[in-house]
Amino acid sequence: MAIDEVKIGGMGARQKRVEDNRFIRGKGNYVDDIVLPGMLHMEILRSPLAHARIRSIDVSKAWDIPGVRLVLTGETLAARNLAWMPTLSYDTQAVLATDKVRFQGQEVAAVVADDPYIAKDAVEAIIVDYEPLPAIVNPDQAMAPDAPLIRDDKANQPDNKIFDWEVGDREGTDRAFTEADHVSTIEMHYPRSHPSPIEACGSVADFDRSTGKLTVYMTSQAPHIIRAAVAMVAELPEHQIRIISPDIGGGFGNKVPVYPGYVISILASILAERPVKWIEDKTGNLISTGFGRDVYLKGELALRKDGRILGVRMHTTSDHGAFFSDAQPSKFKIGLMHSAFACYDIPSAHLTATGVYTNKAPGGVAYRCSFRVTEAMFFQERMVHAAADELGLDQAEIRRVNFVRDDDFPHRTPFGFLTDSGQYTKCLDLGLAAIDYEGFRREQAAAREQGRLLGIGISTMTEPLGAGNSREYDILGIKMFDAAELRVHMTGRAILRTGAKTQGQGHETTWAQIVAHELGIPADDVVVEEGDTDTAPFGMGTYASRSTPVAGAAVSMVARKIRAKARKIAAHLLEVSEEDIEWELGRFYVRSAPDRGVTIQECAMAAYSNVPDGMEPGLENHAYYDPPNLTWPFAAYIVTVEVDPDTGVWDVLRVVAVDDCGVRINPMIVEGQIMGGLTEAYAMANMQFITFDADGNCVGSNYMDYLLPTAWETPGFELHEVVTPCPHHPIGAKGVGECATVGGPAAFVNAVMDALKDTGVRNIDMPLLPDRVHQALTTGQDVSGAPPVDPEAS
Amino acid sequence: MYPPRFRYEAPRSLREAITLLQEGGGEAKILAGGQSLIPMLKLRFASPGMLVDINNLPGLDHLTRDGDGTIRIGALCRHEHIERSELITEHQPTIAAAAPLVADPIVRTRGTFVGSVCHADPQGDWAACMIALDGAIVAEGPGGRRSIAARDFVTGPFQNVLASDEIAVEAVIPPPQGEARGGYLKLERRIGDFATAAVAVAVDLRGDQVTRAGIALVGVGGTTIDARDAADALVGSPLSSDAIERAAELAAEAAQPRSDHRGSASYKRHIVRTFTSRILTQIDRSTQKAA
Repeated sequence: MAIDEVKIGGMGARQKRVEDNRFIRGKGNYVDDIVLPGMLHMEILRSPLAHARIRSIDVSKAWDIPGVRLVLTGETLAARNLAWMPTLSYDTQAVLATDKVRFQGQEVAAVVADDPYIAKDAVEAIIVDYEPLPAIVNPDQAMAPDAPLIRDDKANQPDNKIFDWEVGDREGTDRAFTEADHVSTIEMHYPRSHPSPIEACGSVADFDRSTGKLTVYMTSQAPHIIRAAVAMVAELPEHQIRIISPDIGGGFGNKVPVYPGYVISILASILAERPVKWIEDKTGNLISTGFGRDVYLKGELALRKDGRILGVRMHTTSDHGAFFSDAQPSKFKIGLMHSAFACYDIPSAHLTATGVYTNKAPGGVAYRCSFRVTEAMFFQERMVHAAADELGLDQAEIRRVNFVRDDDFPHRTPFGFLTDSGQYTKCLDLGLAAIDYEGFRREQAAAREQGRLLGIGISTMTEPLGAGNSREYDILGIKMFDAAELRVHMTGRAILRTGAKTQGQGHETTWAQIVAHELGIPADDVVVEEGDTDTAPFGMGTYASRSTPVAGAAVSMVARKIRAKARKIAAHLLEVSEEDIEWELGRFYVRSAPDRGVTIQECAMAAYSNVPDGMEPGLENHAYYDPPNLTWPFAAYIVTVEVDPDTGVWDVLRVVAVDDCGVRINPMIVEGQIMGGLTEAYAMANMQFITFDADGNCVGSNYMDYLLPTAWETPGFELHEVVTPCPHHPIGAKGVGECATVGGPAAFVNAVMDALKDTGVRNIDMPLLPDRVHQALTTGQDVSGAPPVDPEAS
Repeated sequence: MYPPRFRYEAPRSLREAITLLQEGGGEAKILAGGQSLIPMLKLRFASPGMLVDINNLPGLDHLTRDGDGTIRIGALCRHEHIERSELITEHQPTIAAAAPLVADPIVRTRGTFVGSVCHADPQGDWAACMIALDGAIVAEGPGGRRSIAARDFVTGPFQNVLASDEIAVEAVIPPPQGEARGGYLKLERRIGDFATAAVAVAVDLRGDQVTRAGIALVGVGGTTIDARDAADALVGSPLSSDAIERAAELAAEAAQPRSDHRGSASYKRHIVRTFTSRILTQIDRSTQKAA
């Protein structure tokens, strides 16, 4: 008599996303859809120069324009101690520049006006007198002995270095290298890219002097962190701050940090005593907000002849731009870069990392990167690929011989993480069979005879998701756990709220499915709400693939608390003791008489009409979930390509993905996440990058220069799955949002490098634009660094 | 999108439109498909005092072929119409090859052929095709109509010879001297990206003899490049692998590329050579097959 779980939209059901009902009808409610009575509009003036001293700012012509209500400069903010704000990485960041501008696109002034046209006109009327300074656009320039000091605002900052950081076993690793048969060395650059959500950032700040309440509608993936930050920065009482993240048009980590625009709009609303809307344009988003990567690697592997890796050495140099504003766990200066090589059984490893300031936009931890795991896995898989080629080993075999074995869990990774489960060889072999690896190798050899260049690339990785456990993971001291709150109404319908914030991940669908799984209440009977700090329980937000591992677990746990209470009510209704009650999905019954039972809905009604003596009425609860460990999904991505030797253009033939993200709640949503991630992986490998000319001008400030692949270019994806449940997650899930973005790029690059194997070329830095591939083909030399930016002009 | 303030007019007749342009005195811009003008307004790269929207003008959306083989494309004929036109597929291979490569499908539904030529973007596909085909632009102003050879029409990046009170009403492609053959190849990083490099080739054949040829280059100079020497080298003899190689080499020499984030100068030159050779080889092969 048990309910069919799939029919009620429980675990494993391919439920259509309930949020899409409003999105496909154009009924979403985004920040720019918020219209409040008396609302003013704000526009920001940005610096055209990358590095310059501000001699003066003349705002008189802006004030002359009818309809202008406020003109704000760094001076206005400094008078209120708001010209600078703390970042999430214990640095400071200018809100509006006072002394210098430090990157092109930095916020210099703001205008608040009756409508956005007037605000835009007025911003153009502001005259800033700049004294240009030399721009620093890469770490080499930053660390040169005579380099101009970017952060002369800071005491104790003698140069442009932000940090030196290290992790791992230096001595053990050194020993491994002396014992190696072969040392493989490679240098590469993971270029700067930008997540570029279709909706840019924005806010509507509404300060009500009569109540002292500040309400801010904003594009935030982490509204509770924002509430805490606003309380600290603006020195407003936390209970009088309400942050509302309405529908978000994509985040990808771009909408975690606190941006100057938010802060200025809040101050503007306080000063104007009217709501103030700020909507960033696309260029503003691309040139000033959180980007991804921009990390240089020197990597070394100590190997035995048979391909066994004995030791790993990595040195990374990361370019964080003008302010160290990375949103990442406080302990880890270069994020979770040291999650590299977690899927391989390696005795010792050592990572050193240097971070530097440059005259570029601040950030580095965005774009589905899971705190720089993207770089870690890309470097790992490129290093393994190069080593296999040097040793004359098969690309699949070198991975197999190094994989952690299925019976070797829990496993301590070379950098000290603890992984808990996986079937790595099974995943890889499933992918190889799907793409007919042996057959492709034969086809490749035959094609080579005709002068055609085919290649196959493999990328395998396990990555840490679900930050975190509270022992190790905090942001500014706030521990990284999450909460959920569930209220079951008397008719058995329910409302669930969490501290996460969906931006396309489908929480409104998935969380209801977890409730259905735990309680047997149909998913359609559960409404999910997130994003309003006045109503939602605390949470650290949605990024780093942490929603299902943390908030999703909290949903499970709160539903189990509800079930525990419902069991007591059921015993009361069935007039038996609680020990005699059994549970099947959606129903309690008497063990000795299974026909006698009550449904969860009947228990819900009784919670409001017929509770046992002494029991508190109602059926609602909340749960905080502090994960015991990270979760570790595994993936094997395999790509085949053909390179046109005449032009360097490469076409993707096939993409096979095998993902083991543990138990899948909604397989359709999981597959959507993987396809989106593979699309981004392809984009970064093929076309996507932000670079700067010698003067620090950003190349990639609009969609003509910064390319998002369309359906036309994007290859088809063949998806496969293996399920190894997470042993410590309540429903065995591991997180999946970022896997393909993390693991995918190396598969595409490795495929092109495999096609070019005979040329002796070992590395082409992304993006693999046709001219770079062609250059490698014709010269036989590696191609490093960012693509040229009009060198004749400079 | 918050462009600067401008006056908007939507005239109902060509005469009225020309009067408005005269009134605007150089401050007026014509709005046809708007696929370049609107982004420029959005970015505030352009701040015209007046927009003269010609979309209501009658009789400008034609795509026709005269009895002598002349093809006429009206000022309001959209890229998409050209892409789907059987007349073009059947009679004009260079245009047919370029049509599906212009911008992206969304732009093609609104953008116009003539507007693209007038915009004179060195990255424009249609200006190159018009030069390769010895086409002309017909313009109308207060003093009547005149025809301007495409080769003379574009004077520099985003500059054409039209007077401020003239409207380009039609593009004209002359009849081929024999059979019209041709092709268009474009290297772009993504659909809708500006070309890293592109080549338009139009060759008229009588038997196996080349009677007329035109080659024009896109994205490899400050303006669309007329590779006259390369085209002339083909005229008067049959296509042969030697002739093709020579033309491809001359086309590469005519290119004036700059290195940028789309590719290095030497690579762009190489692509011009490769694409010129590929198009001509393709024409040669299909001619041989037909024979």
